[in-house]
This record gives sequence, C-alpha cells and structure tokens, in this order.
Amino acid sequence: MLRRRLNRLLGGDERRVDSRTIYVGHRPCPATEAFIPPKFCDNRIVSSKYTVWNFLPKNLFEQFRRIANFYFLIIFLVQVIVDTPTSPVTSGLPLFFVITVTAIKQGYEDWLRHKADNEVNKYLVTVLENGQKIRTESEKIKVGDVVEVKEDETFPCDLILLQSSRDDDTCFVTTASLDGESNHKTHYTVPDTEKDLESLNATIECEQPQPDLYKFVGRMHIYKKDQEPAVRSLGPENLLLKGATLKNTQKICGVAVYTGMETKMALNYQGKSQKRSAVEKSINAFLLVYLCILVSKALVCTTLKYVWQSEPGQDEPWYNQKTQREKDTNLYLKMFTDFLSFMVLFNFIIPVSMYVTVEMQKFLGSFFITWDKDFFDPEIQEGALVNTSDLNEELGQVEYVFTDKTGTLTQNNMEFIECCIDGFQYKYRDAGSELDGFCVTDGPVSKLQQKAGREKEELFLRALCLCHTVQVKESPGPGQGQADGLMDQVDGLGLGGEVLRPEEQRGFIASSPDEVALVKGAMRYGFTFLGLESKNMKILNRNNDVEMYELLHVLNFDPVRRRMSVIVRSKSGDTLLFCKGADSSIFPRVRPEEVDRIRMHVERNATEGYRTLCVAYKQLSAEEYAQADAGLREARLALQDREEKLMAVYNQVETGMSLIGATAVEDRLQEEAAETMEALQGAGMKVWVLTGDKMETAKSTCYACRLFQRNTELLELTVRTLEDGGRKREERLHELLLDYHKKAVQDAPPVKAGVTRSWSTANQDYGFIIDGATLSMVLNSSHDSNSSRYKSLFLQICQNCTAVLCCRMAPLQKAQIVKMVKNSKGGPITLSIGDGANDVSMILEAHVGIGIKGKEGRQAVRNSDYAIPKLKHLKKLLLAHGHLYYVRIAHLVQYFFYKNLCFILPQFLYQFFCGYSQQPLYDAAYLTMYNICFTSMPILAYSLLEQHICIEVLLDNATLYREIAKNAMLRWRPFFYWTVLGVFHGLLFFFGVRYLFSNPALQDNGQVFGNWSYGTIVFTVLVFTVTLKLALDTRHWTWINHFVIWGSLAFYVFFSFFWGGIIWPFLRQQRLYFVFANMLSSVSAWLVIILLILLSLLPDILLVVFRKPRGPNARQLSEDSLLQTSDRSCHTTVLQAPEGARVKGSKE
Amino acid sequence: MMASSYNAKDEDGHITVSGPGGGTLKNKKPDNTAFKQQRLPAWQPILTAGTVLPAFFIIGLIFIPIGIGLYVTSNNIKELEIDYTGVDMSSPCFNCSQNFSWNSTRPCTCTIPFYLEQAFESNVFMYYGLSNFYQNHRRYVKSRDDSQLNGDIEALLNPSKECEPYARNENKPIAPCGAIANSMFNDTLELFYIDPNGTKIQIPLMKKGIAWWTDKHVKFRNPGGNNPNLTAVFQGTTKPVNWRKPVYELDTDSENNGFINEDFIVWMRTAALPTFRKLYRIIQKKNSMIPTLPRGNYTLEVVYNYPVGSFEGRKRMILSTISWMGGKNPFLGIAYITVGSICFFLGVVLLIIHHKYGNRNNSADITN
Repeated sequence: MLRRRLNRLLGGDERRVDSRTIYVGHRPCPATEAFIPPKFCDNRIVSSKYTVWNFLPKNLFEQFRRIANFYFLIIFLVQVIVDTPTSPVTSGLPLFFVITVTAIKQGYEDWLRHKADNEVNKYLVTVLENGQKIRTESEKIKVGDVVEVKEDETFPCDLILLQSSRDDDTCFVTTASLDGESNHKTHYTVPDTEKDLESLNATIECEQPQPDLYKFVGRMHIYKKDQEPAVRSLGPENLLLKGATLKNTQKICGVAVYTGMETKMALNYQGKSQKRSAVEKSINAFLLVYLCILVSKALVCTTLKYVWQSEPGQDEPWYNQKTQREKDTNLYLKMFTDFLSFMVLFNFIIPVSMYVTVEMQKFLGSFFITWDKDFFDPEIQEGALVNTSDLNEELGQVEYVFTDKTGTLTQNNMEFIECCIDGFQYKYRDAGSELDGFCVTDGPVSKLQQKAGREKEELFLRALCLCHTVQVKESPGPGQGQADGLMDQVDGLGLGGEVLRPEEQRGFIASSPDEVALVKGAMRYGFTFLGLESKNMKILNRNNDVEMYELLHVLNFDPVRRRMSVIVRSKSGDTLLFCKGADSSIFPRVRPEEVDRIRMHVERNATEGYRTLCVAYKQLSAEEYAQADAGLREARLALQDREEKLMAVYNQVETGMSLIGATAVEDRLQEEAAETMEALQGAGMKVWVLTGDKMETAKSTCYACRLFQRNTELLELTVRTLEDGGRKREERLHELLLDYHKKAVQDAPPVKAGVTRSWSTANQDYGFIIDGATLSMVLNSSHDSNSSRYKSLFLQICQNCTAVLCCRMAPLQKAQIVKMVKNSKGGPITLSIGDGANDVSMILEAHVGIGIKGKEGRQAVRNSDYAIPKLKHLKKLLLAHGHLYYVRIAHLVQYFFYKNLCFILPQFLYQFFCGYSQQPLYDAAYLTMYNICFTSMPILAYSLLEQHICIEVLLDNATLYREIAKNAMLRWRPFFYWTVLGVFHGLLFFFGVRYLFSNPALQDNGQVFGNWSYGTIVFTVLVFTVTLKLALDTRHWTWINHFVIWGSLAFYVFFSFFWGGIIWPFLRQQRLYFVFANMLSSVSAWLVIILLILLSLLPDILLVVFRKPRGPNARQLSEDSLLQTSDRSCHTTVLQAPEGARVKGSKE
Repeated sequence: MMASSYNAKDEDGHITVSGPGGGTLKNKKPDNTAFKQQRLPAWQPILTAGTVLPAFFIIGLIFIPIGIGLYVTSNNIKELEIDYTGVDMSSPCFNCSQNFSWNSTRPCTCTIPFYLEQAFESNVFMYYGLSNFYQNHRRYVKSRDDSQLNGDIEALLNPSKECEPYARNENKPIAPCGAIANSMFNDTLELFYIDPNGTKIQIPLMKKGIAWWTDKHVKFRNPGGNNPNLTAVFQGTTKPVNWRKPVYELDTDSENNGFINEDFIVWMRTAALPTFRKLYRIIQKKNSMIPTLPRGNYTLEVVYNYPVGSFEGRKRMILSTISWMGGKNPFLGIAYITVGSICFFLGVVLLIIHHKYGNRNNSADITN
C-alpha cells in the first residue's frame, strides 16, 4: 500500500521505497491526488513485556525455557506420574519457590516499566490542530501532528523543527538522557518554512526509523500557492529526538516524524546481546559430569535391583506383597519407572538452589562495585556503574586488555602546546614561568613577531579561530540573553587588554576537545573567538577589533577524511576555505614544497606524544565557490547515499590548498595510567593499545604509560617498515612476519607460569606495533592460505609480546582484533576498555566491556558491561573485585557440587541395604530443606563476603592475580579434589553410621533405633560437616558469617526438634516423631556424630599444614604481607596460598 | 534466574525522561559504610601448623581414653545369641520350620537348651533378631497409616491407600493396616532357668518399657479415646490377614492392648538394615545380691509362628546387658582409638616434618 503510493509519488523510483511520507498537520498537499492518511504506529512507548493477561503463560514459558528449570519440571512431573520414593512436594516446592520468586521479581520490574511507560505516555503535550492549541496525552500524538514544546520540556517524539521562538531559527537541546552529553546542541529550523504554521502545506519524506542517533536523512516539500514546490533537505540538525530536553529556547514547534516505538530512543533501548561468563561454562561442564554420575547411579541401582530380585523370595516375600497393579505392570515398563524413580531419588545431586544462589550471588555481589567509594569520582559526581552482573567473576580472569588511547589512557583534556607557522616554531609559555632562552620577556606576541611574517601569523590564527565547530557557552544568569553575557565578557576582555588566564576563559563547547584547545590556543596569541551569530563568526583580533566572517559552509569532520573545513566570507568579500586535519590527510592536498618545512616539526611533535594537526587554507574565486556551493547543496539534498556524495564534493573542494602551519596539542595521561598499566602487566595481562591515532603519538603514550620500557625491543609492522625494502609489500610483510616470529616466538624460552616480569629480567621483552593498513593486509590477504598463516603468525608474535600497539585503527578493526584474540587457541578472556563511540564495537565484542565515563559522550558507557569514571579504577576493579568475585564464585560452585554429592551418596549406598527399593535415607522434609534452608545461607554469605586475601594486599601484589588465571579454581583438578572429598565424606557418613547400627540398641534403656534414626544421624553429621567445612574455608569472618553459619546449625537443630515434636495433622506418616530428640538422648549417637565430623574434616585440617607458601609468588607474598602493617581490616600476617596450592597439597 | 532480565539502569532513560536532565546524578556518592566498602571488621583465623599440631595432640589425647573406655564398656557387656531358625536337621526347631503353614491351628513349639557361662548381673534385655528381612524396603516402609495408629476413627475405617494391598480384606478395613503391621513378629519366647537340682523356673519377662515412651503415649493411640471396650471400638474392621487374633486381643492388659501394645509399637518402628534386632522383653534385676541371670542351664521355649524360610531369613534370640552407650558394639571404641591414634601419630610425624621442613625453608630463604 505504502509502497504503491510512494512509487506513484516518486515516479517509480524503486530505490526509494524505504522511506516514509509525512503530511505536516495532516493537510493534503496538492501534489498528490488523494489524501490517504498513512498509518504509523501511535506514540505509545511500550517497554513492558507483559500485560495482566499474558503474564502468567508468557512468564512461565520464558522461565521454563531455561534448561535447568526445565530439568526440574521434568523431575517434578516424573514424581507426579510415576510412583517415586519422594513425594512431588520435595522437588515441586523448591521449583515453585524459585519460579514464584522470579515471577514476582519480573512482574515487579514489569510493573515499574508499566508505570514509567504510563508516566511518559500520559504526559500532557500541546498539539496544534487547525490553529488551536489542544492539550492532549503524549501517547495520542500521531505522525504528522504539529507539537509545541516549551523550555525545559522533553520532546514527546522525534520532531522536525519547524519554528523556534529564537530569532536565528535555532534551538538548543541537551541530550543528557539519551547519550549523556550535557552540552547544548544547536538544532536548526527547516529553512524557508513559513512563519505561519497553519498555512504551511508541506510533506516530509524521510527514511524509515533507524536507531542511529546521529543520522537522519530526509527532505521536505513545501507547497505554496501557485509556485513550484520548494524542496529542503533535512538532516540530523533538524531532528529533535524524543528524550532530549529543550534548553535556552522559549518554545518550538515541530512536526512528529517518528512516534512511539519507532523513535530513535526506543529503537536504541532494544536488545543487547547477553554475555556468558567462563564460569558458567565450567558449571555446565560439571553439571554434565554430575548428570552422568546421576544416570550411572540410577542405572547401577536399576540393574542390581533386577539381579537381586531374580533370587527366589527376594522380590516379593510373604510379608511384603505387591499390589495387584504392580503385579500387572509390564516388566520393561517397570524397569523404566524404576530407573526414573532412582533418578528422582538422586536428583538432588543437581540442585535447583545452586542456580538460585549463583544468581543471587551475582546480583547482590555486583552492588559492591557500585558501592565502592574508591570508584567515586568527585569531578563527575559519579561512581561505577554495573550494567550486567553476569560477568563479575570474569573480571578476575582477564588475560588480554584492549584499551583505547584517547580518553582512556590519556585524559582527552587537550592543551595547546605549540604551533608551527610557516616552518617556525612557536612555543607558548606563561609569562610568569619564563625560562626558555628563546623567549622574550614581553610575551608571546612579540615572540611571534620575531619569526614568521605577521601576515602569515594572523592568517594562521584566524584559521584557528574560524575552522571549527565550537560554540561559546552562554552565561547561565537568569533572564540574561546570549548577547548580554557575551558583551560582559567582551568588556572584561577589553579592559584587561591582555590574554586571559585559562581559568578566566569563556566556556567553549565542542564535539572534540582538540578544537577547544586550538581555539583557546589562538586566544592566547590574541585572537579570540566570540561566537557565532546568525551565520556570522565574530573574532576579536589583536587590536581588539571585532572581525566578522560569514560562515558559508562547514565541511564536517569525519574519521575517514580525518579533516574538516569551513568556507567563510570575509568583510572584504573574499571567500576563504580553511582546513585542518591530520598530516596524512592534509599533506597530499597542499603544495609539496610547503610540506617539507613543516613535516619535520610535525614528526618531532608526534614523537613527543602530542597530537598534531595541520592547517591549510585556500582562497576561492567566485566561480569556484559557486561550483562548490552548488555541489554541496545538491549533495545535502540527496536522500540516498548522501554521505558518499558529500564526501565526493568535500574531496573535490579541499584540494590545492596552501599549508600555513601545524599545531601540537598535548593530551595528558590519565591519573595513574602508568601505575595501572604496570599493575595489569604484573598481573599477567597482556595490554594491547588500539587507537586511531598516529603511530608516533601512540608510541610515546605507550612509553609514558610504561607499556614499552627502555629495554623493550619494538617489532614494527607498519606501512613504513613495509616500504623500507623497496620491494613489494606482500613480500616484505611475509619476510618481516617470519623474522619477528623467529625472534619473539621460536627463540624465546618457553614462558613458565607464575614467573613474574621482574623475575625474568634475562628475557628480552618485545613490543609489537602494527597499523591499520598493515593489519588489514594481514587479516584480509588476497591468498586465502597465506591469510590464515599470516594471521596465526601474527597472533603468535603478539601473544609473546608484553605489549602490542595497534595504531590507525578504524572502529571495526578494533573489534576485529578483539575477535581474533578471543577466538584464538585457549579462548583467552578479553577485556576492552574505552570511552568513545569508536570503542563501542570492541566493547561489545570482548568478553568484558568496560566503559569510561569520559568526555566523549555516553555511548561507550551505555554499551559496556561495567562503567568506571577513570582508568585508574580498572586496577581495583580487576585486581581486587575481579579476583575476589572469581574466588567466591568458584568456591561457591565447587562447594555446591561437593555438598550435594556427599548429601546424595549415602542415599545411594543405602540402596544396597534396602533391596534397591528406592527407599530414601532421609525424611522428605530434610531432603527438601537441605539445600533451601540448612546449607544455603552460609555459602551465600561466604560468596558475598569472603576475602581470602584482603583487598589491600591484592592491590599491592598484582602477581596474585596470576594465581587464579586460566580459570584455575574451576578446572578439572580442583573439581576432582572436591569430588573426591565429597565421595570420601559420603562414604564416611554412611558406613560410620552403618557400623554403629550393627547393633541398633543404642539407648541406655535397651530400646532400638529404626531407619529414620539412621537417616537422621547421617543427616546431622552431614549438615554439621558441610557447614563446618565451609567454616574452615572461610578466611574472613565478619559478624554476618558468624551469624549465618552458627545460625544455620542452630536452625537445623531447632527445626529438627520442631518437625519431630508435633503429630502433624494432614500427614499420613509421622516418620520423624521424636526421632531427633531420641537420637540426642543416645550417648552413642553423640559420639558417632562427633567422631564422623572430626574425621571428615581431618583431611582439610591436615592440608593446612601442607599449605605452606610454595613457589616464588607465594614466598614473595608472605614476605610482603609480613611487611604489611596491620591495616584496619587486614590483620593477616600469614597468608594462605590460594586454592591451587591447596590442591597441590592434597595430592601429596 | 535473574539473569534474563531487566536492568534498572538500562531503563533509566525511560523513567527519567520527564525529569530534569542530570538531576539524578547528584545522590550517587556511595555511602562510606563498612559493609558497603567490604571493610566489615573481620576475624581472620589463621590455621597454621603451629595451631593445628597441638589440636592433633589434644584430639589424640582425648579420643584414645574415650575409645578405651568405650571398648572396655562394650566388652563388659554380656551378650548371648541363639539362632533358633531351625535350618539344621539337628536343630530343635527344625520340625516347626519345615511344617509351617499359615492356617494350622495348633501352635508348634520347640525348646532350645543353652548354658550360660557367665552370670548376667544387671538388667537383662531380651531381643529377637531377624536376618535378611527387609523392613527397610520402600514398599514395606510406607505401608502403614500413622493416622489410623494415632486413633483417628476416619482413618481406621478408611485406611490410607499406602497400605495396599493390606488395606482391606473381605471388604472390611484392616486395623492396623499395611504390610508392616501384617507381618508383625508373633513368635512367643519364654525363658526357663534349670536349677542345678533340675527344677525348671520360669524367668519373669517384663513387657513394659520396650517401646519409645513418646510412641507409646503420643504417636500410638487406640481409637475411641479411653473407651476400654476395644472390641466395640474396632467394630467394623478386620484383623490383618496374617494375624491369628485381632488387634484388640493382643494383650489382656488394657494398657497394653490394641494399637498401644508395645510389641506392636516396637515392630512398627522399621529397622534400618535387613539384619536387625528388636527389644522383646526386659528381665529386671530383683535384688543386688543375686545376679539377674545366674550361671547355669537354661531353656528357651519358642512358640514357632513366624516363617522366615521362604526368604532365607534367620531368627535369633539375644540376651544382652546394656551400658550407658547401649548394647554391645565394639565399633565405636575401636573407631575412637583408631582416630585418636591416627591423630596422635600424625601430630608426631607432622611435628618432625614441620621442624625439618621449616628449618630447611628458612635457610633457603636466607640464601636467596
């Protein structure tokens, strides 16, 4: 329908069908014969998943899609259908509990979403309809409605700005709630629309909704009576996004183009891929093992049962006849149900509660990251942000760190350092701190005069003042207009008559901090940018005269061109183009003889770690300008491929320029960047710097961050080294790769695990440098065979280097690298950290994505798993939080498997003594409560609070991180240890009590104990042993641990008394009536309980003696910790080697 | 299960759209509390060789005496076991065991003479023991109705379906229902002392106090409250198939009749293992001068009602004295002595190793 209409409208241009047409104010336009209101979705935001009606089925369906829940459902159903030893309640109750809690939680969250939705949807907005203002609910806005928005209101849907109360047809907007950027952005009305919106008759054609916040392509046809329809192009600068807030503008009117779920904001809040942690993979592997154990146990029992029954008199003795139904059942069916019954009996080996506890641990544990005050940054008044709690433990497993440079390693706080005009170097120094011999006392101005010609200087400075997209921040005074504020500042400036200190400088807002730095730099030399006023740029020059330039065009910056230009017209009528950009993009476009004079400076600056930009200009003749103007306008109107067309025009205009000079801007290192990097390397992580910056700049940053050290041998694989030999690039690449491979991989002695960097001084450190172009050659080599070979060579080299620097990277290449490492042999855990939109791809690609709440907006933060304010926080996040979380969850998982193994093993063994009849050893209440109540809380508390090594020590000894590398605590060896321990305990519990029961007369009055007493004794030993085992492992006893551990034991005793103390109504069997109390009245029972608990814990206690510090790390550690003064929470003097060593001990 | 989910922070955009931008950022400074900063004061116990070694010695020193005590106590318990199954031809009960039939009206009795080597001084407990009898079989264990046994009239007349196939007989509810009750041990054991001069003196056997007090007084109740006329109370029910007499004729003593018959209660407490013993009677010590069972000849007279041949079971009569730890069982004593010795031994070995190893370690440190 829509398609046909559009085809008619556009004369059958098939390529444009994926656009929509909007009738402004729903007025039919003359061009179309019949006005058929197109159908778009309404403006209701629906973020909720459920309604009252579909909540139950939909939620249940979603919950049972999880494999674990499904498994328990099956078990439950088997219990209901088949005659099984335990009642369906034992597995139904926990399952019901879990499902209910999850459902309640999800329901509550959905209710919150409904509420939030309603708040947004019922918000009152003003819609102009036939000249009248109508207040209506936000959700009733339709596409094509003209909406009026007042200052400080948020836009109810995506609007095309038609009218603004400001004189210059602009409005200001903040998009803080969309992308976190709090600066004011200027948006423009569609040019040439009539002031009277009622009589406006126009249609808008624009693309179908798409989530990119910064892209919008459309055009507007304005129909005026008796005139050809005018066509205006629409871009992102005309589009006001839902969720943004109107600022500094009294009111605007706009026409709704995207509504409801089709707004860019709604599209952006959809779907983020779920990341799964390596621990979860281990859990699944262990689960598989336990499932095998479970199935084999059931199989063994079933087989033995039928072997045993085949003996005469055993299957059906006279005292224990079968019912008629049982007799009639088919033998094979009976075998099958017997198998199922055994499965049900032993199913507790895979507990529901483990999933619940793991989820709770992750969910609650992540709060400690948000709560950590060390992550709080007073500057931005924010702490860390956790977007997903699934990956806490992954923070302790990181092997590769991919970091962005700008804004991550460096502060992205640019400072103008020096410039070079026409080959002469100008270094700015504060007049006060004048030390440089070259500088003259009366300031930089006179110094400038000494070198280059004054004209060149001024041209250069004007270029700096004009070639940018910087805005002047308005003074925030109430009721004060923009002009007032400006005038004040101008006055102040005039009176002072000298260059302002940075503190006193006006606020500039720009998309890139480089631009601000340059404008500020120009200000120091006497040229001040006063702002843009109705397309006129005002500059205050050295003589305090205001110069006006009409801004004709801005040729925006983009990362591919790596430059930007402006076209301005001066008062004298000259049309000038100023261009600034990276040297590589400017040099080919200027006269070569100018290049040589400046190149040297640029390269020197780059090696010093400064960001360099070259500035060029060109005077446009009237014809040239006319041509450029026409080209630009045409390209901007294009609906399709606008980007490409614009790019072509830009490239065409930005040629034949003359180079005026270059600038050097320093990007300071982040606080403690070097320390953090050193700590990460000490922790055994490989740090790769992925940056779009120049190699020289990036290299110097790496040196500054101590990623490369003086003795690091750099292996370079860049375009420059490839071109050195004068041969074909491919050949050279091949040769170099082999050479480096030989050096770094083959000749290097095999790296021993646990050897720290400081210990391996004899080894040569290698650093690897590669640039984007070469990387794409390596990855996308034309010959397929070579490509994979190069790739593996490249990977091997990189893996043997302490640090790798990849410069000149496109965002996608960053992700490519991360992916390559992620999928390499051994599947190392990768972490990406970045702050900008260009890092989003690698943040999403890596196992763990970390966003820095930096200056480049919020995209990285939004897409990250964890966000921290500063790079330095990474150290604590990984070394302390990551390490602890990993140890906690690993212990949690192992412990859970262990405790259920020794819970179920006696029950399995009991089958050999009860004729394989699936008789449960424990009472149903114990079976149900074991995992829910008796043993769940201590391990949860442990997994939240344990600090086996206290945080300060973890931070001081980065090498400790290596102890848990490669999933050390969840590999098969520790798993085997825990399993053996579980089996040992299970055997001990069962046979200990078995031999006690060889004479069941255990009371001093000669009375005997029955099977339930047997089970209760085993269970008591079990609960105590399992809890005390955890107590032994606990290194950090807070009052919560005490409360929970002793509380659980007390609860068990209390519960047993209570459960056995009452004849329970509605129960047909009173199995445990006074069993527990009678047990406690027997001295023998006491003695056996104490003996068995002690004997079970003996191996663990024994291990303590063997748990001596071993190996260099541990020894170093114990020395360190001895030096450590007793900190507030850290009284440890002797530290335990972590799990790995303990396991080693157990083998001895 | 919380993973699949919603993240409040994710949704911030939705929730705060109408609020002033940035207003929510102000209160984000984390509280500086010990809990939130993971700085709760904590006790960090350090188990070193130094603290563990004494523990080993102490455990050893405590366990070994306890073990010896237990072992001695167990050894002092006198126990006599007589298998009267009658498998051997020579056995006096051979005939009874061979000619067994459920519906024979004349009870078969057999007499087993035995000689008591040592006098049993204190109270003697008489047990019957069964072997290869799976009282812990699942089908068997659950085949009972505790509501019925607790005197519930409703359950008396409508036994639980768990009792199948021993719930109803000839359309009448069985009381007590279920396989356990049905298979109640019904041999009668009597003990006679043969005087040196040949007179046969019956030894009085007490049947009170053989069941758990709580079972006798709370868990098991006759229906109809305190109605002494049990015959009337059990009207409309029938006896278990294999019983010779109905439940209300188990004993003449009304305090020991019906469901609260102690023999019945003892039987109803299902044994843990297929070989078990159950308390049958108590022979009380009369005065401190004469031993309860003096040395000499005795005969055990058995009314042989209970067939075990079909499942190759064994029946035993056990006479045993009791100590504070219960019946004779050397296991605990041996276990305690073993564990104690192991601990002590380990303590010594570890001490030596620790000393040697520790010294070597120290010197190694110094050379480094």
